[in-house]
Amino acid sequence: MTALHPIPTGRPEKLVVIGNGMAGCRAVEEILARDSKRYKVTIFGAEPRVNYNRIMLSPVLAGEKAFDDIVINSADWYTDNAITLISGDPVVSIDRAKQTVTAQSGRTEPYDRLLIATGSDPFIIPVPGKDLPGVVTFRDLDDVDKMLAAAEKGGHAVVIGGGLLGLEAAHGLALRGMDVTVLHLMPTLMERQLDEAAGWLLKSELERRGQTILTGADTAAILEKDGHVAGVRLKDGKDIPADIVVMAVGIRPSTGLARLAGLEVERGILVDDHMLTSDPAIMAVGECVQHRGQCYGLVAPLWEMCRSLADAATGAPSGYEGSVTSTKLKVSGIDLFSAGDFSGGEDCEDIVMRDASRGLYKRVIVKENRLVGAVLYGDTADGNWYFDLLKRGEDVSDIREALIFGQAFAMGGGASNDPHAAVAALSDDAEICGCNGVTKGMVVSTINGGACSLDAVRSQCKASASCGSCTGLVEGLLAIALGDEVKAGPKTLCKCTKFSHDDVRRLILEKELKAIPQVMQELHWTTPDGCASCRPALNYYLLCAWPGVYVDDQRSRFVNERMHANIQKDGTYSVVPRMWGGVTTPNELRAIADAADKYGARMVKVTGGQRLDLFGISKEDLPDIWADLNAAGMVSGHAYGKSLRTVKTCVGSEWCRFGTQDSTGLGIKTEQMTWGSWMPHKFKIAVSGCPRNCAEATIKDFGVICVDSGYELHVGGNGGIHLRGTDLLCKVATEQEALDVCAAFIQLYREQAWYLERTAPWIERVGLDHVKAGLFDDPEAVQHLAARFRYSQSFMQDDPWARRAKGEDAELHQHLAEFRPFPTMIKEAAE
Amino acid sequence: MIGDWLDIGPVTQISPGNARTLPVQGGEEIAIFHTMGGEFFALVNKCPHKHGPLSQGIVHGTVVTCPLHSWNISLKTGHALGDDKGCVPTVPLKVDAGRLYLLREAVIGAMAPERAA
Repeated sequence: MTALHPIPTGRPEKLVVIGNGMAGCRAVEEILARDSKRYKVTIFGAEPRVNYNRIMLSPVLAGEKAFDDIVINSADWYTDNAITLISGDPVVSIDRAKQTVTAQSGRTEPYDRLLIATGSDPFIIPVPGKDLPGVVTFRDLDDVDKMLAAAEKGGHAVVIGGGLLGLEAAHGLALRGMDVTVLHLMPTLMERQLDEAAGWLLKSELERRGQTILTGADTAAILEKDGHVAGVRLKDGKDIPADIVVMAVGIRPSTGLARLAGLEVERGILVDDHMLTSDPAIMAVGECVQHRGQCYGLVAPLWEMCRSLADAATGAPSGYEGSVTSTKLKVSGIDLFSAGDFSGGEDCEDIVMRDASRGLYKRVIVKENRLVGAVLYGDTADGNWYFDLLKRGEDVSDIREALIFGQAFAMGGGASNDPHAAVAALSDDAEICGCNGVTKGMVVSTINGGACSLDAVRSQCKASASCGSCTGLVEGLLAIALGDEVKAGPKTLCKCTKFSHDDVRRLILEKELKAIPQVMQELHWTTPDGCASCRPALNYYLLCAWPGVYVDDQRSRFVNERMHANIQKDGTYSVVPRMWGGVTTPNELRAIADAADKYGARMVKVTGGQRLDLFGISKEDLPDIWADLNAAGMVSGHAYGKSLRTVKTCVGSEWCRFGTQDSTGLGIKTEQMTWGSWMPHKFKIAVSGCPRNCAEATIKDFGVICVDSGYELHVGGNGGIHLRGTDLLCKVATEQEALDVCAAFIQLYREQAWYLERTAPWIERVGLDHVKAGLFDDPEAVQHLAARFRYSQSFMQDDPWARRAKGEDAELHQHLAEFRPFPTMIKEAAE
Repeated sequence: MIGDWLDIGPVTQISPGNARTLPVQGGEEIAIFHTMGGEFFALVNKCPHKHGPLSQGIVHGTVVTCPLHSWNISLKTGHALGDDKGCVPTVPLKVDAGRLYLLREAVIGAMAPERAA
């Protein structure tokens, strides 16, 4: 398109603007700056006041600014520019044929050019009680006034929505002395701007400030008492008291007027690059428009749109090409910045820096040598620099090494060519490790004294041995001193971390880390949300370290543990009910046979551990088959988990002519003690009634051989691909001692082994003497370990099948409900 | 992208880090993923290796690890990552006003036998 040619009327063209907000007024300012003579401007505003900076309402609510501070254009501006302001009188219709607009009061204005800048409306979630007095949105000054009035009385405020706006509202109300709860539907606050790691830091900080943050919180209804809002009920049945409820779940373009006028509207009013709508006499700008498929809810794109619009409206079209946006949270004391695409991915390179001691998290995303996204928490000083690099799409390969350290470092001549230059330039008394007070000089002398690996430095001078944030610096010093002679440290947990399994386990306890994002933050993970190796390992380590406290993360579990069944090669599952000690009954067998028939099991097989396995069950049928098996008294056999699998037994003294002890009975007791326990890997037990060892106890993780004088206890056997016979651990006289040592050994294994390390490689790695010392050097060790195991078991022995059969996590087994009618639609479409 | 988009429900039906499946009559099951970074992707629910149900894998970044043999599959391109070779068809997906949309033509394409491999 070309410029809007002046209409040859011999008088200034009449420009009518609908919307006295930031977009409408900015567009007028831009037009006046280009050509102050061309138009005679009339602005309609729905709010009874002059133009103000809506994005500064948060500081007004928080008491950091007054209304006068956020006025953009005072009454004088309208007068000086001969603009007619009609405020408090919203436009209700547009007559495109006559080129007039009519306001609520009946006032009608003709136009030559019309500009629609109606902005957006807050989204109200359609729940019962949404219209109650005391339910407010956070959109204009009236809303702020309502919130301030509520805050004066004190009490409880509930903010629905943990996005930018919701958190700013919550912050303001909290500063005004209210007791604030934020309800957020998604698991991560501000999930459109922040990744999981930064979201977790933000949540922790807000909670530290006294706000209650409930994520995954789905509002069911707003509760009423005496005709006023009284609380919010969540879909999980929880009630939260509230004297005021702020609905800040999002905005949508305000397009009603445009639709009514017959303009082309999708999500927003459709505009071209010059902000022209489908009617060439009508322009539109701001949050109400949709440009190249995008709607914007931030202020920066609006300025860019207004410039293009003014260019077009004054005869010099430049064209708007869409915006890259960035976000900052206006909550005092919380520095947070995000821009661009931070979802990452395998074709992108994530550079992550976490500094736990300073509460920093920085992540930049580079794709094809160009910065495409950034998330900064704690220090946003370089936000603008990153944003600028991002918008300009500049090649950053030259400064790649130093990019994450920010502008000063990356641009600080030469640093980019040698990644170690910065550390080389440090003086000898510069502190390297803040945790242990180790200077560069001390690290260098340790290295010169023979420490030639990160691990050696850690153990000798303690640098990098605590929080690890200085690991990169220590590695730099090693590289400078030794060049290629640096010896690799112990195997790291995975590529996302520099720490070994042992370090991670130790630091989880020392630093009392209790959530996966917390571990990743504190231990400087180099990826935003880990990988398929570290997530399950961390989930297990946290579960083991904090029984009863840590909340299991299903997303970090392999499918078998998530489904409580074994996935088979065709994608179906197999189901193994528990048979204590391998003993069953006719009733159980009947129930298993019935279940096999009912759910179309394609095979029933006796497993290596003396249990029955039903093959070919579909994912959707799992809860039903579990319900049937539960009804017959059976629970999950955990044949799928990194956990106690089975206790294999022989028949023992009750029937066998050679049996020395009740091996079946001890097997059942052992299984009842240990079932349900999560372990580093699968764990098998067997109890043989005599040295003939019919239960093959000497190739199990824990084996008992009953003898005349008592029980021989064996450990570390593996009947798998690397066949390993057990080591004799000890001999005990009573069943109770056998059970105690079993519990203690399992706990030692649970606390010390690496994730996915079975007992056999574990014992070969640490040595049998280490295991014996751990159990027997201290006469009370067995009791202490066994007590810790039993405490942990008090949270574990809860049949997962029963919970699923009752409907917990039902969606994991179902296709999307709304998808059900979908196949027919497709079929019709195909025909 | 031009074309018809099918509304397949609200984004809240799939929590981050999880996936759900969509059966297509006479065609391949489609897996819809929600990454922990908040993005959504749709792929035919079959690992290019031995047809493992990708929807059941662990999601990390924009990658899913197949539950059968731990192949890593890009949710963005459907390509196997690392040293593995293979590709699973992706289905264009968009999010609009809190709802998920699949490109109708691509879903129909997923039904056609010659595309099913």
